[in-house]
Amino acid sequence: MKALLVMPIVIPLVGGALGLVAWRSRAAQRALAACGAAALLLAAAALLWTVDRHGVLAVQVGDWPAPFGITLVADLFAAIMVFIAAVLGACVLFYSFWAMDSGRESYGYYPLTLVLLMGVNGAFLTGDVFNLYVWFEVMLMASFVLLALGGDRPQLEGAIKYVTLNLVSSALFLAATGILYGVAGTLNMADLAGKLGENVAPRLTTTLAMLYLAAFGIKAGLFPLFFWLPASYHTPPPAVSAIFAGLLTKVGVYAIIRVFTLMFTLETALTHGVILVLAAFTMVTGVLGAAAQNDFRRILAFHIVSQIGYIIMGLGLYSRIALAGAIFFIVHNIIAKSNLFLVSGVVHRLRGTGDLKQLGGLYEQQPALSICFMVSAMALAGIPPLSGFFGKLVLVIAGIQAGAYVIVAVSLLVSILTLFSMTKIWAGGFWKPAPEERDVPPPGDATHAIRRMMIPVALLAGLNVLFGVGFEPCYAMALRAADQLLDKQAYIAAVLGT
Amino acid sequence: MEFVFAVVVGGLYAAGLYLMLQRNIIKLVLGLSLLSHGANLLIFTAAGLTRAHAPLIDEGGAVLIGRTADPLPQALILTAIVISFGVTAFMLVLVHRTHQETGTDDLDDLRTTDT
Amino acid sequence: MTSLILRTATLYMQPILLMFSVFLLLRGHNEPGGGFTGGLVGAAAFSLYAFAYGVLESRRKLRADPHTLIGCGLLVAVGSATIAPLMGRPFMTGAWWEMHLPGFGAVHLGTPMFFDIGVYLVVIGVTLLIIYSMAEEE
Repeated sequence: MKALLVMPIVIPLVGGALGLVAWRSRAAQRALAACGAAALLLAAAALLWTVDRHGVLAVQVGDWPAPFGITLVADLFAAIMVFIAAVLGACVLFYSFWAMDSGRESYGYYPLTLVLLMGVNGAFLTGDVFNLYVWFEVMLMASFVLLALGGDRPQLEGAIKYVTLNLVSSALFLAATGILYGVAGTLNMADLAGKLGENVAPRLTTTLAMLYLAAFGIKAGLFPLFFWLPASYHTPPPAVSAIFAGLLTKVGVYAIIRVFTLMFTLETALTHGVILVLAAFTMVTGVLGAAAQNDFRRILAFHIVSQIGYIIMGLGLYSRIALAGAIFFIVHNIIAKSNLFLVSGVVHRLRGTGDLKQLGGLYEQQPALSICFMVSAMALAGIPPLSGFFGKLVLVIAGIQAGAYVIVAVSLLVSILTLFSMTKIWAGGFWKPAPEERDVPPPGDATHAIRRMMIPVALLAGLNVLFGVGFEPCYAMALRAADQLLDKQAYIAAVLGT
Repeated sequence: MEFVFAVVVGGLYAAGLYLMLQRNIIKLVLGLSLLSHGANLLIFTAAGLTRAHAPLIDEGGAVLIGRTADPLPQALILTAIVISFGVTAFMLVLVHRTHQETGTDDLDDLRTTDT
Repeated sequence: MTSLILRTATLYMQPILLMFSVFLLLRGHNEPGGGFTGGLVGAAAFSLYAFAYGVLESRRKLRADPHTLIGCGLLVAVGSATIAPLMGRPFMTGAWWEMHLPGFGAVHLGTPMFFDIGVYLVVIGVTLLIIYSMAEEE
């Protein structure tokens, strides 16, 4: 049973390593990617089922006892994240079989994506602050190469900004970790949860909390540290954008939620108050930035930032319902956001551009694609009965219960502006007639590929509907995960074995 | 001793940030690597400087004898050095490719993807 | 680059560097050294060759593609880590065997050594991949 815990890390690693060995053969790399994604999905599902049934699962890698060795631990929140990452990874890899150009494929796109998934899963499952840093770096190294792969000028420019800002964030993270070790004498998160309350000055703890908030905030794209994100996320191929948009910022958010529920809970009035203010600014600046854009993917890139605000809002409110809402919202957002990027890839394949002024008439040409876009876009904006509506509803209820009316008002306003952006894409790309001067190229031989690319798009749009219609069981699971986050004892006991 | 280290760490951070704020792209890489050196030294200092033996159990013994240094910060720093080695190498390739592609080493000319 | 001195020196230096890198690798378990430093020295041997005789010649000397080296290294490392779960211990637990080799006496073989060999291969592969890709574009 405990072997399940290392599987989400080992499977992509072996897949990626075999892919590197079979460097010359694209067919072998595709086959390995398919097998790896399928195996990862199975392992993640088994892990989720096990954790939901038997509670928090922990394993001490190398058999060194708990606060000293490397700990892998899965509570329900981590297991949910691993599962949704596996779902997204499988969808994006499947999409890439038809969407990725052969140049990038032969320069190691598939092994890199698998390594990226390994880093993401490692970050979700680790129980140790320093290992979190290491997994972040694994994930970042893979993402650096994926972002720059192909080497077009916009990609390189975007990559420089992305790499620089992420390295600054890593340096901050590392410095904070060094100081944390200096004051607490341990880096095991479960151990820290106990020790930070006892013998460390509360002010020093709060300072450390803010250092971590800044370090993770850069990676998550929080206000005011998000400017690298819209400058780089629209430059790589859409499949890469989709996996970045779905997973990378969410790993930053996951890390924030983890440390601010497990370790830094002494002065919640201060720390979580700051988080709440940041959430409001993140939502507003993201959505306003999107409103000013006129390119499919640039709009989406700004919306990533805006949606991060909602998740952080759940953490800032810091109640059972709010955390459950945040967890539900992360899952919903990963699906909806990535799917919109995948749709933008299909559109780009059809028309060769993402500029809304030059697009148009897609609804006539591709009704199925348009409906999939509409479902995910409306889910993002929060229209019932789709998943985003319930995510926002829970967060709004939590906000009203906590008496935080300002953030509730901001979140509702941002929803309306999100709807505005999504209808802008809909009207500009799908609904209005194609501009006259630009003759629509016939789909031709691309039809076969596009039909295949539609499968994951339709699947993810279906999940948006499913999580909305089948809201109750999902929300019940999110509540159980939130309970585990708030009651740290199960986590600590599973890791330290007391 | 801590004082000297604190000054050195501060100096590394200051130099690193100063270099990163320059427009030259190579200075950016140098600045980033100085920043990571500063962070490494910070771990070393914050974890406590001790004058002590290596944490090795003598042959035939069963426990550590006398004052011993904490090996963990050094393990952390070693890992961080390896990571920053990889990242810096990648950054150099990236900068090199960018220079080839764009013909400039001025960061102000690399703003076409900004919004 | 056509420096006769460098070319001649490289012919003698490369085997010494390679031997030293293996020495560092094997020494690494109980004394300073290990897969990372050993790998760097090994990569230095091949990059020195690339400086003296060109990247193509160096690649020919290396025989394996750097990607393959990285992949093999990762597989060796993962393999050494998965031996423990097969024996019912947690992932990555070190396992040791004592072997008596004629002429050497008792030799301790352990999974950490295989892990180190994996690291060694990965480091050589990554370093050479980067150096070759930068040197080839000149």
